[in-house]
Amino acid sequence: MLELKNITKKYGNRTIINDLTANIKDNEIMCIVGPSGAGKTTLLRCISGLEKIDGGQFILDGKQFDPTTSENNVVGVVFQDFQLFPNLTVMQNITLAPELVLKQDKQTAQRKAQELINQLNLDGKESLYPYQLSGGQKQRVAIVRALAMNPKIICYDEPTSALDPNLRDEVARIIIDLKKTKVTQIVITHDMDFAKKVADNMLQVQPIK
Amino acid sequence: MLNYIFEILPSLLSGVTTTLQIFFLTLIFSIPLGIIAGVGLISKFKPLKAVLEFYVWIMRGSPLLLQLIFVFYGLPMMPGIQIVFPRFDAALFAFILNYTAYFAEIFRGGLQSIPNGQYESARVLRLSYWQTFRKIIVPQVVKIVIPSIGNEVINLVKDSSLVYVIGIGDLLRAGNVASARDVTLLPLVLVAIIYLALTAILTFILRRVEKHFSYWK
Ligand SMILES: Nc1ncnc2c1ncn2[C@@H]1O[C@H](COP(=O)(O)OP(=O)(O)OP(=O)(O)O)[C@@H](O)[C@H]1O
Ligand SMILES: [Mg+2]
Repeated sequence: MLELKNITKKYGNRTIINDLTANIKDNEIMCIVGPSGAGKTTLLRCISGLEKIDGGQFILDGKQFDPTTSENNVVGVVFQDFQLFPNLTVMQNITLAPELVLKQDKQTAQRKAQELINQLNLDGKESLYPYQLSGGQKQRVAIVRALAMNPKIICYDEPTSALDPNLRDEVARIIIDLKKTKVTQIVITHDMDFAKKVADNMLQVQPIK
Repeated sequence: MLNYIFEILPSLLSGVTTTLQIFFLTLIFSIPLGIIAGVGLISKFKPLKAVLEFYVWIMRGSPLLLQLIFVFYGLPMMPGIQIVFPRFDAALFAFILNYTAYFAEIFRGGLQSIPNGQYESARVLRLSYWQTFRKIIVPQVVKIVIPSIGNEVINLVKDSSLVYVIGIGDLLRAGNVASARDVTLLPLVLVAIIYLALTAILTFILRRVEKHFSYWK
């Protein structure tokens, strides 16, 4: 379980998140919803260690946890614009970090990647470069790339916003399907229908006046 | 006429050797130095950045010819310093200093055009800064800068003729000497043909390099 305790985040002297407390249970899908500017992306950046928090603490499975320094890969991220590495093939995008960070040998990394590739219907795309993929395929590569690091938690920032509206159900299906891998998922969205479809739990955030 | 060409060819070829020496030595030193200075130009350490910006401003803001003259004739006259370079070393020193500045600016631009999201996406995958630089940033920057580097490389071939003013026997000098001595235009035409051949070969090589990197967008 990931506990957020009294999290506060400021940019300069502007408070974006004030004293936020929430619990995210293992293997659940937590949707963070709220209007534009409410600080959803900011919260995700704090959880994934891209921003330092100004107050409060994260507790993972009962132990305090600092996402900005944690060596092992606890939190994976699927960015709104995916941020695949354009100079690497689909396979290389996925195996780069497992090889360099987790020190898996090439065969192991590729075998694991292949399982995930098949699971997310990307087979046949292994040697393509990101520019050769559709938006939905890019997103699935980004998901596989995050999953290949065996994170406990995976965060999505607006997973439906960069895609064709009719791909929404497909994304929902993928996210719900991933529950069987035991990963905890945090999904940011301002699409209420989508949130209702996938969420086990919802967290409302509001802009601070 | 053919006889005459064969007569002056050895001196022209020895001039080409000098020109190529300056060309290759300048590239060998100024590209790596340019990468380092380019990284320095985007450094968050303000004093380093300021010093490098000043250096780039001087080098790009004043004529290379002046810099050459300054290094060879000026430095020995400088009170208290009096550095005397042999001709060739002076030329090389001035060229490396000048071209490093141009390359640094090109690499700075390339580095800054990589979106921050690439660094962040590497960071959440727990790649170290060095791993990110080597596997993700450098390959992308290289692809971006190749056309601009290519332009400078072509310029360098022609700029190398500036060493003439400090009395180095490069290709242009060899041609000019022969032309003045024998009162004929032919050596200068030959010199032009040789420069054109050199730049044509380089253009061809650069195209190939660009093509090599076109496997991703
Ligand atoms: N790097 C930053 N520096 C200063 N202020 C920032 C920075 N990033 C975000 N903000 C501010 O923080 C507030 C929350 O931004 P955030 O991107 O987290 O909102 P959001 O809930 O994700 O909105 P949206 O639904 O539009 O994506 C905004 O008012 C924004 O201007
Ligand atoms: Mg946002």
